[in-house]
Amino acid sequence: MKSLIARPVAVIVLLFARAITAVRPFWYEGRLPRRRSIFFANHSSHGDFILIWAVLPPRLRRRVRPVAGADYWLKSKVRGFIGRDVFNAVLIERNREGRTMDPVESMGEAMKEGSSLILFPEGTRNQSDASLQSFKSGLFHLAALHPDFELVPVWIANLNRVMPKGEFVPIPLICTVTFGEPMHLADGEGKDAFLERARGALLALAPKKAAAERVEE
Amino acid sequence: MSPTQFDMMVLVLGVFGILLVASFVGQILERRLSPDGSNPAIENLNARINAWWVMAILIAIAFIAGRIGVLLLFGFCSFAALREFVTLTNTRRADHWALATAFFVVLPLQYVLLWIEDYEIFSVFIPVYAFLLMPIISAVRGDTQHFLVRIAEVQWALMICVFCASHVPALLTLHIPGYEGRNVLLIAFLVIVVQLSDVLQYVWGKMIGRTKIAPRLSPSKTVEGFLGGVVSASLIGAGLWWITPFSPVQAGAMAFLITLMGFFGGLVMSAIKRDRGVKDWGHLIDGHGGLIDRLDSVVFSAPIFFHLTHYFWSQP
Repeated sequence: MKSLIARPVAVIVLLFARAITAVRPFWYEGRLPRRRSIFFANHSSHGDFILIWAVLPPRLRRRVRPVAGADYWLKSKVRGFIGRDVFNAVLIERNREGRTMDPVESMGEAMKEGSSLILFPEGTRNQSDASLQSFKSGLFHLAALHPDFELVPVWIANLNRVMPKGEFVPIPLICTVTFGEPMHLADGEGKDAFLERARGALLALAPKKAAAERVEE
Repeated sequence: MSPTQFDMMVLVLGVFGILLVASFVGQILERRLSPDGSNPAIENLNARINAWWVMAILIAIAFIAGRIGVLLLFGFCSFAALREFVTLTNTRRADHWALATAFFVVLPLQYVLLWIEDYEIFSVFIPVYAFLLMPIISAVRGDTQHFLVRIAEVQWALMICVFCASHVPALLTLHIPGYEGRNVLLIAFLVIVVQLSDVLQYVWGKMIGRTKIAPRLSPSKTVEGFLGGVVSASLIGAGLWWITPFSPVQAGAMAFLITLMGFFGGLVMSAIKRDRGVKDWGHLIDGHGGLIDRLDSVVFSAPIFFHLTHYFWSQP
């Protein structure tokens, strides 16, 4: 029953996201990502994963699962339905206390079942002035445990202007989703070095000077 | 079949005929010069021709659907244009409600006013009411940084994308003696002359263009292209007098004015793009960039065309 409603809800969310943002993907060298990929992206809005999900072609979209905080998505029945049933999210416990399963383990399970992941290595939404916060270590552990997965940096531009925190009416603005060169953990590469390299790769995809920043100067 | 429907059919067949020829030539060029899709100029030409087909078909459907179809089509154009425009502006968090008002209140209301044909309010709603209301909404949030710049940008976005663009469907509200029920042909006249003038300027420019007219704004615009485009589009406009309430000379003069405004509209909108460091306004139309890239000349000519027709030909 739930899945009967989940499908149309997903279509409605997709159409709504497209109508508001006219989202456009830029693929790395013009080709689609591999089936086994971990997409890691900047995080400034609850809608971030929806935009990545929306631009992926259907056959890739069916196999991709966003990784999201259980504390947020299980807070109410509606959120639970959207998170679990509509988007099939891998819900992880962000608080160390009260954890029943290690996040890296839950993500690994999903990957073993053949799913790709959408991951936000900043851990939480970025509300600081910096364009990108430091990364949590999860991405490194996944890269080490699953070398057959490509790590694809993805920059989502403008969505934070569409719906800033605390507002509930979205402003229609054009958003872009830029996919970077897929990367892997190098031999003998340490955690900090890898996370810094991944962060640099993601940051390099950010638009050089957004209109909004120009005025801040 | 009424005379209006007959004229419309002749017009539609004419436009589709021209597009058929264009598609045919495009295919031949592609086979001869770019069989593996390697020639970007030809690829772009064919993308443009395909987009012309879509636009012509959409406009034809809107015309058949009547007043509501035309209003919905241009309402959507205003929405997509405003989205492109605001994406490039310097808005801040404090402008959130002003922008939401622009998109979800001002834009729909402008088209509702057209639907109820209330010219008195339609003509002042945005430049008076919206222009005073927007800065009030933004000021209430208390963020004063770059206030004038932010307000000016949102107001200009509304001016171009909603106020000016809505003057195309506003042509339907005119009451011209002896021209009853044919107003939709005025829209066809405006759109055909503007778009042909764009194409002809490009063609003349490619053929004999030497002297750049405004190299810093638009490197492809030349004096020769401009003159050739304006003259030939004006002549075609004069030749279309039979779908207008004008005499051939008047139709030619109107077409001349439309092409002039269209040309300068394109120039102004390029200046904005240069300032923002972008090549196109968006990516809505394959081969043409954004919607504003295609609409820029229409939005500048529509209000002038509307007012002159209103002033000299229309009766209350």
